[in-house]
Amino acid sequence: MANKIPRVPVREQDPLKRASNFEEVCYGYDEQEARLEATRCLDCKKPRCVEHCPVSVHIPDFIREVAAGRFAEAASVIAADSLLPSICGRVCPQETQCEGACILGVKGEPVAIGKLERFVGDWQLKQGGEKPTIAPSNGQRVAVIGSGPAGLACAADLARMGYGVKIFEALHKPGGVLVYGIPEFRLPKERVVAPEIEKVKALGVEIETDTIAGRTLTIDSLLDEEGFGAVFIASGAGLPQFMGIPGENLNGVVSANEFLTRVNLMRAFDETYDTPVFVGRRTVVVGGGNVAMDAVRTARRLGAEATIVYRRSEAELPARVEEVHHAREEGIQFRMLTNPVEVLGDEKGWVRGVRCVAMELGEPDASGRRSPVPLVGSEFEIPCEQVIMALGTSPNPLIASTTEGLETGRKGCIAADEWGQTSREGVFAGGDAVTGAATVILAMGAGRKAAQAIDRYLSAKR
Amino acid sequence: MYKILLKRQLTPDIVLMHVEAPRVARSAQPGQFVIVRVDEQGERVPLTIADYDAQEGWVAIVIQTVGVSTRKLCDREAGDEIADFVGPLGRPSDFVSEPLESLRKQRFLFVAGGVGTAPVYPQVKWLYERGVAADVIVGAKNAATLILVDEMRAVAGRLFLATDDGSAGYKGLVTGLLQELVEQKGQHYDRVIAIGPMIMMKFVAAATRTYGIPTVVSLNSLMVDGTGMCGACRVTVGGRTRFTCVDGPEFDGHEVDFDEAMRRQGMYRTLEERARKIEEERAAGHRCRIGLDR
Repeated sequence: MANKIPRVPVREQDPLKRASNFEEVCYGYDEQEARLEATRCLDCKKPRCVEHCPVSVHIPDFIREVAAGRFAEAASVIAADSLLPSICGRVCPQETQCEGACILGVKGEPVAIGKLERFVGDWQLKQGGEKPTIAPSNGQRVAVIGSGPAGLACAADLARMGYGVKIFEALHKPGGVLVYGIPEFRLPKERVVAPEIEKVKALGVEIETDTIAGRTLTIDSLLDEEGFGAVFIASGAGLPQFMGIPGENLNGVVSANEFLTRVNLMRAFDETYDTPVFVGRRTVVVGGGNVAMDAVRTARRLGAEATIVYRRSEAELPARVEEVHHAREEGIQFRMLTNPVEVLGDEKGWVRGVRCVAMELGEPDASGRRSPVPLVGSEFEIPCEQVIMALGTSPNPLIASTTEGLETGRKGCIAADEWGQTSREGVFAGGDAVTGAATVILAMGAGRKAAQAIDRYLSAKR
Repeated sequence: MYKILLKRQLTPDIVLMHVEAPRVARSAQPGQFVIVRVDEQGERVPLTIADYDAQEGWVAIVIQTVGVSTRKLCDREAGDEIADFVGPLGRPSDFVSEPLESLRKQRFLFVAGGVGTAPVYPQVKWLYERGVAADVIVGAKNAATLILVDEMRAVAGRLFLATDDGSAGYKGLVTGLLQELVEQKGQHYDRVIAIGPMIMMKFVAAATRTYGIPTVVSLNSLMVDGTGMCGACRVTVGGRTRFTCVDGPEFDGHEVDFDEAMRRQGMYRTLEERARKIEEERAAGHRCRIGLDR
């Protein structure tokens, strides 16, 4: 019988303290807290949480094991459907997925499914070193482009089935968006991301960094010259979008991608690293998604008075609720229903402010969200020295433009069916490269599905 | 890790290196660049490809000391390794995909300034190997800072030198020599390719506009990843924002907004200078007691 207690609070770093460091915000549950929270689960006959999980993790089953203190069993329940619990537990938008569907959430607080998943993932990472089970080599090789969540998941599954897998990564460090995009304070690199990548390597997966598909090599050279039987393209959605307003090329206007890459991948916040990062005394971040929250909170940690400018209202903010909440606690200003129309510069060509217009919400658009309409005559200026554009990203055209017969669709996304099959035989794709910028869990799910499809394709050829 | 096979000091602050990178060497074409990261702490530094040999599997880069990372790179010796060497990046020079018959009918003039001489070399060499003799102007402050003169002489049609102080060749700027060739000597050129400091490219492009000679320039914008991800290298060309790393690095010199490009290039100058000063002082044993080095 479920325990009718309030949701067990999770310990977090003090907001004032964390606003000037890059240590993780949330400490997560300890064993007692996790077991106590797990007792709140009603163990529904028809679990809505599972239906709303993009990869259908058997949530009540793993929570039952946590409640009983059988953490290894909990880990293997999750492992049947998800490869990266310590990462997804931290970055999944639980409020629109599992927790959003939890029946306890109707009258009170849903079970903290994300925090429990994270607990199990972290517990498992701490145990470390158990020998993975790998099928004997079947002699066939698969190339994976990109080492983000989709690429890692696909590579891991294929390696377990006995394929020889090599991942090609464009940057100098594997991990994709987990490394260059999501900040340390939300997803620790050494403690969480690196061990997850090590787990994949322990399955025999090779990772070649500094190798750009479409430049250093091509999809065709992998298939024709390097002896790979199939290729999985998981190159993400890395191209930043800008607004196309006057003043956008002034010094001090950067994409969130640039800002976050300098800090996360190049570790510009650490003085022993050479890469510099410019931070305004006052920084305005344009956008309302997770990337905007990451950028604004990073600017805050680097000393800026940091503000979010978003053209819709708070209800439409696409960011995770927890990130918005944390950002507010850290002193981030939110200017909702506000849209920049021009970036203003000083006589030396540096940013001195943004001219904005107030918006109101009109009719719902194609996405179902009410579309913002500018209010005539409402222009005003926000003084600042830096503007960070966090308006979304689209897939890099490098691969599509160098691979004959590979079809693309909207915004340059690679066209693929639900199994990742593209218009080219032996070429599969998944994750953000196919969907446009989405979530870690969807990318992971797409990678795993493609692994099954690649296995079907290649086993038919044996 | 990528091994340095050869190192040659070209001037006190310019170094040439051959780096073992078989995949890059196999795919490299004239006009492209690489990104180099010297060690774990290093910046990702974009450097134009100065030469390559697909058979031997090496790529040549020419580095001028400007900041902390380039200094560390220049201090490496043959036999040492560097952490990362990625490429080839950017689009190859346009002429690479043009029919040879048409190239052979054209007269090319390359204008190279300072360390910009390095990326000009593989272009002139590529044309030379295909029977196209291109004229080349190489400019520098003085005779001691001219680089790759012998290499260039071996592949160029005619080689002209220009130095600010007249210690070698023409006395004056490359634009003065260009003017002399076209206006006084009546030389006809079908296209000009200018690579060097932004300010030089700006004035070469301004001159060739009046002569009506199509002109290509190669921009060395700031970059982080070099694959289109960060947008640090944004440049306005013909009124449109382009990314130097994926749309360039070569652009129509008559369409580039050089003033904006120069301003954007200086974005990190103050921070870089600062980092270099701090490092110099630390190396000299100075310890800041009031925390200014943080």
